[in-house]
Amino acid sequence: MSSQTDESGKKLGMWLFLYTEIILFGGLFVLYAVYFARYTGDFIEGGKELNRLFGIVNTVILLISSFSVAASITAIQKKEKTRALAGLISALLCGLIFLVNKYIEWGHKIDHGIFPNSEKLIEGPPGQNIFFGLYYVITGLHGIHIIIGMTLLFISLVFVQTKTVTHTRFAFLENSGLYWHLVDLIWIFIFPLFYLII
Amino acid sequence: MKDKSPLHFFEYKTLFNVLLVLLVLTGITVGASFVDLGSLNVWIALIIASIKASFVLLFFMHMKYEGRVLVFSFLGTIFFLGIMISFTFWDVAFR
Repeated sequence: MSSQTDESGKKLGMWLFLYTEIILFGGLFVLYAVYFARYTGDFIEGGKELNRLFGIVNTVILLISSFSVAASITAIQKKEKTRALAGLISALLCGLIFLVNKYIEWGHKIDHGIFPNSEKLIEGPPGQNIFFGLYYVITGLHGIHIIIGMTLLFISLVFVQTKTVTHTRFAFLENSGLYWHLVDLIWIFIFPLFYLII
Repeated sequence: MKDKSPLHFFEYKTLFNVLLVLLVLTGITVGASFVDLGSLNVWIALIIASIKASFVLLFFMHMKYEGRVLVFSFLGTIFFLGIMISFTFWDVAFR
């Protein structure tokens, strides 16, 4: 009984942290919204520079990875260790593909002279400079979250393997999963705001 | 252990169905972005994103079977996020 309260306490702590993350990204989205309202035309032009395909592929990858993590938490409670491990490995692979895509995407932009403080952006319309500034800050911060999330998932993977995480004590796995889902949640909003505006 | 164990989870099938819904909604939001509806486009994109977020929260993040503490603290966070967004816009709009 005592371990049960403990587990829910850990989860509450994780959620409190996630609330601060929501406000952190919320602040950046407010920034986006205000400048979108002011420079709508420039933002739309900027959005056209982004490759939709990368956005769509990365969205699908993150959704699949979220499903994998959720399935792995179900599996651990059903004492299906192999499935739990498979779910985590699949999510980690998805995270890796996401980062590779992001690397290629950023590389393309930088090759085209679109990066913070680049001549093209400084001399171009101010709205586009702001759009790409926000693009790099928000997707960059999100990318850091992906790396942290993958680290947590990897530690969970090791813990499941070593039976530190079991069907009665899985708070670490569950909290890592919550963090991963939050990262997915933020991407769900980033995707249409940057890639789909017309 | 009593019957009221901490073990509540969604079956694989439920989770998979949620994934399918999320993929379909992604398709819809991409499709909708090809139709020029002016300023409505942003609102449609945001509404679909919010629906997707709700599915992730309710099923993947288990909010559906969490207690009041988490549900209300989460809604509280969204409330304050709403205040932050709306007050910023008031400020910007009447400057």
